[in-house]
Amino acid sequence: MSNLAMIILAVVLYILLAPFVGGFLAGLDRKITARMQGRFGPPVLQPFYDVLKLMEKEAITVNKVQDFYVLCFTVFIVLTGAFFFASGDLLLIIFTLTLASVFLVVAAYSSNSPYAQVGAERELLQMMAYEPMVLFAAIGFYLVCGSFNITDVLHFSGPAAIVYLPLVFVGFLYILTIKFRKSPFDLSMSHHAHQELVKGLTTEFSGKTLAMIEIAHWYENVFLLGFVFLFIANGTLLSVILAVVVCLLTYFLEVFIDNVAARMKWQFALKSAWLVALVLGFVNLMVLYYMM
Amino acid sequence: MSLIIFLIVFPLIVALVLLGLKADRPRDLVVAGSTAVIAAASLVLAVKYFAEGSAYFPAHSEAVSYLMLIIEAAIGVLIFVLGLRHKKYLACVLALIQTPLVIWFELGTAHEIQVFNNLYVDRLSIVMVLIIGIIGSLICLYSLGYMKDFQKHHEDEKDRRPWFFFLMFLFLSAMFGLVTSNNLTWLFFFWEITTLCSFFLIGFTKTEEAVRNSFRALIMNLLGGLAFACALVVAGKWYGVLDLDQFIYYGSMGYDVTILAALLVFAGITKAAQMPFSSWLLGAMVAPTPTSALLHSSTMVKAGVFLIVKLAPVMGWGTLAGMMAMLVGGITFVLASCAAISQTNAKRVLAYSTVANLGLIVACGGIGSSEAVWAAIMLIIFHAIAKSLLFLCVGTAEHQIGSRDIEDMDGMFGKLPRIAKFMVIGICGMFLAPFGMLISKWAALKAFVDCGTPLMMLFIVFGSAVTLFFWTKWLGKLIAVMAGQTSIEERVHKVELGVLTGLAALVVVVCVAFPVISQSLVVPYLAGIFETVDGLALSNSNMIIMVLMVALVILLPLVFFGKTKKRIVPVYMAGVNRGDDLTFVGAMEKDVPVSLRNWYMEKWFGEKKMCLAGNVLTILLLVVVFAMIAGGVLANV
Repeated sequence: MSNLAMIILAVVLYILLAPFVGGFLAGLDRKITARMQGRFGPPVLQPFYDVLKLMEKEAITVNKVQDFYVLCFTVFIVLTGAFFFASGDLLLIIFTLTLASVFLVVAAYSSNSPYAQVGAERELLQMMAYEPMVLFAAIGFYLVCGSFNITDVLHFSGPAAIVYLPLVFVGFLYILTIKFRKSPFDLSMSHHAHQELVKGLTTEFSGKTLAMIEIAHWYENVFLLGFVFLFIANGTLLSVILAVVVCLLTYFLEVFIDNVAARMKWQFALKSAWLVALVLGFVNLMVLYYMM
Repeated sequence: MSLIIFLIVFPLIVALVLLGLKADRPRDLVVAGSTAVIAAASLVLAVKYFAEGSAYFPAHSEAVSYLMLIIEAAIGVLIFVLGLRHKKYLACVLALIQTPLVIWFELGTAHEIQVFNNLYVDRLSIVMVLIIGIIGSLICLYSLGYMKDFQKHHEDEKDRRPWFFFLMFLFLSAMFGLVTSNNLTWLFFFWEITTLCSFFLIGFTKTEEAVRNSFRALIMNLLGGLAFACALVVAGKWYGVLDLDQFIYYGSMGYDVTILAALLVFAGITKAAQMPFSSWLLGAMVAPTPTSALLHSSTMVKAGVFLIVKLAPVMGWGTLAGMMAMLVGGITFVLASCAAISQTNAKRVLAYSTVANLGLIVACGGIGSSEAVWAAIMLIIFHAIAKSLLFLCVGTAEHQIGSRDIEDMDGMFGKLPRIAKFMVIGICGMFLAPFGMLISKWAALKAFVDCGTPLMMLFIVFGSAVTLFFWTKWLGKLIAVMAGQTSIEERVHKVELGVLTGLAALVVVVCVAFPVISQSLVVPYLAGIFETVDGLALSNSNMIIMVLMVALVILLPLVFFGKTKKRIVPVYMAGVNRGDDLTFVGAMEKDVPVSLRNWYMEKWFGEKKMCLAGNVLTILLLVVVFAMIAGGVLANV
């Protein structure tokens, strides 16, 4: 099969399957979380039922424009993942993700509602907190493989990137907690039951719009795990299997952290994420810079 | 060549004419007509020299050189007298050192050195001429409407608008000269004229604050001017060269031009308002808004970065001048971006963002690789358009809503729908994918990683995170839909709206056409100054993806924006919403009005802290670099 056909296939598969994989992972998350808390938990398919129920809700909104911003958020999240699975440029992918996130923040701002706006500001703060580490991760791949392009990263002939980027990997896991909206960094919104009604950023979204945000998050989570995949895979079949296992373990780790940690203040989120970027990310890259 | 001379002389004549025009009507006509001529002439120049790429002109004239010398002497005397009158003795001292130094040099050494070409055009000058000619002209045009309102707001004061327009056009004239002079003494002459123009423009309102800030700008820029004058002496006495292109050629051939480059970079740093000199640009906010727009986008600070980008071939991490530019630019980029977070005044946010972006350009110039210079030139273009649009929007908004505070921009979409939209375009243009500035930042990031030191990564990575934060929170404030707002936009002058529409369209056009600009202007320029142009950050396919994304971002709102059939309901509040989304029932059944404020995180990103840190770091750096250079000189003596 030609290269182009492979790319198209990967993108189509991502667009079709990612929501199912993401939704299924979310179901597993709830099940595992319940077991950790000594509950039985909902069925694994519960996230899908929730989204279907949201679709049936009465169509209401607080203004005429926020649905548009949420639509843009979804479109660009899907596009981010599509660029990723099309083996595009890592920086392009990160910038598209930023664009998508800005749309979500702006959607919340547009409601001019106190709760939504506080959520939006916190989301923005989280973005500022994790952005340096994400960029360091991309630069790490560039220093190892000589290219920001995922095709080149995957075809890199040496050992898996994690061998060169162990600290960057740990740092990336740290900010992944923010991206997955898990405690201690579920500042702008969380998936816990006590937040179901007034849920930070999404306070003013309802019905189909809220369902769309949910689905967009499933897309986003699959893409984020794809990023983890890049650290481990180096072209061999064994490494691919190993990478998938590491992705699942990562997800489990995030669920675990979610359940053992209490929510922290925003000051801690910003300080610690920047410190992690500086100490783990930058130090790792410094070593690499003079080594390569 | 006649075109270049026309571009320098014509605005000068217009300036003198405007100085004599007291009435509105003739001034409107002259400004509108002449800006059209200037913009057209710069386009003609671009088209004419586009194919050739670069052309050098001897343009020998003793008379012109003497005239320049006389004017320089007069400026020296003027600064001395003004300094005495306002008790700013530092300005007097600087004028007292600089002017005799230049006169002594030009009558003595410079007289014996043969300058081959006084004027030139290359693709970088074409880019600059277009920016000055189009954006500068649009700003002058906008000023017509703005200054009428300004005069209305200051009715009790003397109408000094002729003086204002005289300075604006003089500024354009000097800028055209600056970007087309190959003779270093000519370049220096125009350099000093821009310093003087900005001094008078900043002090335009003659309030105590304005006078203080104008002198601060003057003193800092005279410091840069002194460095430039020293550079002239070094160039003449040691190298016997006064042609800018010759000196850059020597440098790229491997001759040691450290001292000359370092002095010129220092001059560039002062003019580009890098730390520790950033405070003059912040102080410049006291002037009428079109002045800020002009200083920030197409003139003054761009002269500083123009010189540094011009010097790129003789810089790099391995050279002292390059190292100085990289570190000063990098530090300024991060810390000025941080300081922008803590500002509620829209103009100050814009000013810090300018300082930060110039830092990025200065750092790119310091790196001096082909990819860094690509990023720098693209940044200059995008920044000029988006920043002038934003300043002018804030200026119009200020006159209409009576405040330039971001916290007062609630419900802008209701009150000033078009202005708000233009602001959104400008803000997106400043930081968001797929718009222009981000493209250049992307290229800058790659250039920073490749530059030879890991330190630079640190600056760009944290700097861009912070940039994202302060722009988006402003964007959110603008976009918030506030109930019960009625449009007051009909009060805005037609000419202001026209210029804003033009600039907003220009932002979009440049974002769509940037691959063409890159291919036809920037890459050929790089091919001219570097042996090989490789490793551009954005491959062609990525450029195409970016353009397609711009198209998507434009199309999506056209199709979907504001179209909903859903029932509109009130927002959720801490008590029962009164139904108007503006008040809720609080404790004791009292109506509580809703007021929302953004985050400014003074404790974390306070302006004073950031500037102190930046000034200490950069002053140390400058001292160390010049100490090293002085050491090298003394060792050779």
